[in-house]
Amino acid sequence: MQKAAVLSPIKTKRRPIQISWQKVLPFVIPSLIIIIWQVSSNLGWLSSSVLPSPWAVLQDGITLTLSGELPKNLSISLYRATVGLLIGGSIGFILGFINGLSRKCRLLFDSSIQMFRNIPHLALIPLIIIWLGIGESAKISLVAIGTMFPVYINTFHGIRSVDKEFIEMGQSYELSRTQMFRKIIFPAALPQILVGIRYALGVMWTTLIVAETISASSGIGYMANNAEDFVDMETVILCIVVYAVLGKISDLVAKGFESLLLDWQTTGRSKVQ
Amino acid sequence: MTDQTNVMINIQNIHKQYAQLTALNQVNLTVEQGEFLALVGMSGGGKSTLLRLIAGLEQPTSGSIKINQVPTNDSDSLVRVMFQEDRLLPWMTVLENLSFKSKKSAERQRALNLLELVELKDYADHYPNQLSGGQKQRVALARALMTAPKILLLDEPLGALDALTRRKMQDLILNICEKQKLTTILVTHDVDEAARMADRIVVMKQATNFYETIGPKDRRNPGQVGLVADRVLSAILDEAPVRQFQTA
Ligand SMILES: Nc1ncnc2c1ncn2[C@@H]1O[C@H](COP(=O)(O)OP(=O)(O)OP(=O)(O)O)[C@@H](O)[C@H]1O
Ligand SMILES: [Mg+2]
Repeated sequence: MQKAAVLSPIKTKRRPIQISWQKVLPFVIPSLIIIIWQVSSNLGWLSSSVLPSPWAVLQDGITLTLSGELPKNLSISLYRATVGLLIGGSIGFILGFINGLSRKCRLLFDSSIQMFRNIPHLALIPLIIIWLGIGESAKISLVAIGTMFPVYINTFHGIRSVDKEFIEMGQSYELSRTQMFRKIIFPAALPQILVGIRYALGVMWTTLIVAETISASSGIGYMANNAEDFVDMETVILCIVVYAVLGKISDLVAKGFESLLLDWQTTGRSKVQ
Repeated sequence: MTDQTNVMINIQNIHKQYAQLTALNQVNLTVEQGEFLALVGMSGGGKSTLLRLIAGLEQPTSGSIKINQVPTNDSDSLVRVMFQEDRLLPWMTVLENLSFKSKKSAERQRALNLLELVELKDYADHYPNQLSGGQKQRVALARALMTAPKILLLDEPLGALDALTRRKMQDLILNICEKQKLTTILVTHDVDEAARMADRIVVMKQATNFYETIGPKDRRNPGQVGLVADRVLSAILDEAPVRQFQTA
């Protein structure tokens, strides 16, 4: 401690530089790629029919935004994604919850669910199109099926692996069943449940993109597929960039939830001193 | 001890089997109302198991345990356990860990008072992972005292404390037990602690062997405390057949 006090004037001078570096570092590689990409296009090393320049993609993005086409497709995709996730996530959570808590339900449902889980849900696309056509319900169902399993498995395991010592403690303090769930089981399982939700977010986008590419008349996946038919390279690249951004945003939202709900995990001893 | 009406805990012919392992065999023990009993013995000797059985958290393979004349499973609310591991809920602050059964403000106030007693009032809003091992133990001790029990089971409550805090907490426990007329069983590895605190000391060895000794008549007399501690230690070490001997 004493030593640190002596060294502190130097440290306080260095700190701001270190922090700004830490903030800049993650952007270095993406920026370099974009610069090299732009320069190669400008110098004619990259033909625009193979890969249009970032600038052209940006211009295309602006045009499509102003015409309203991008916002419209984006919002319909977001709608499908959220509704699908809400339905699938809720079913997965409820099943994981009851199977985790009740031995009877576990025996009844778990092996069937595990069997179902091993079918790649994208393999259901032809079946779902035959059953539900290419309307909204087809896409939403696919997303729901895809996101249900990661949420189910993680909720189930989260609840099953709650520390037995905590449960015994709750029993010895005579907690009621609801108290036991609210105060001990749910908070103990929450980190694992959130892992499931984060994983489900990834599945959500992949499923939606594939579904929209194969059969849709709107959405980002449709936009990409349509652009492909017209060899509109700028829009194809734009859609890929939009996916990347959407994926990143959902990851950030999930992380935000985690640090909000699990602040007890991150409150390290170092913060106190 | 023959007076049945004064018996708080009555353990008869307890046997506890975990698969191949016999944790307790033919254990008989009675604890009187208001008595402070210390349980010492080697690691793995079945002390924690015995406490869990008394608390009704597990059932014995055979034999009977009566608390206040009633078989254990429906007398839970009389008993509080302070477990060997602190078992604090990591997602709750220290204060919430004490008052997690109800949100009433009286409960909160009681929790704060107890935190003051264990000298942790400033830590009410900390999470358990921000505390040291000894601080966690003291929170667990405070939690065990939250609901006024009749019987207090303490499983090595002071293991992680320095000598000074340990001495203070011993006095605190003795004080509370005396004031609330609690029947107490204290598991400890420290024979001096046992001799200093207990009215009676039971040495448990390898599931079967049981030795008892009476505690010092005067807790404040270091000579007597030392004498009792020595006898307990020799009982642990020698398997000396010293059943129930009195201090001079
Ligand atoms: N749930 C369990 N399942 C199987 N064996 C167990 C279980 N609980 C305890 N045991 C075994 O019973 C024996 C007694 O354990 P117990 O925890 O009661 O010992 P202890 O006297 O409290 O020891 P320590 O002083 O180290 O805490 C040990 O050999 C232990 O391995
Ligand atoms: Mg033990």
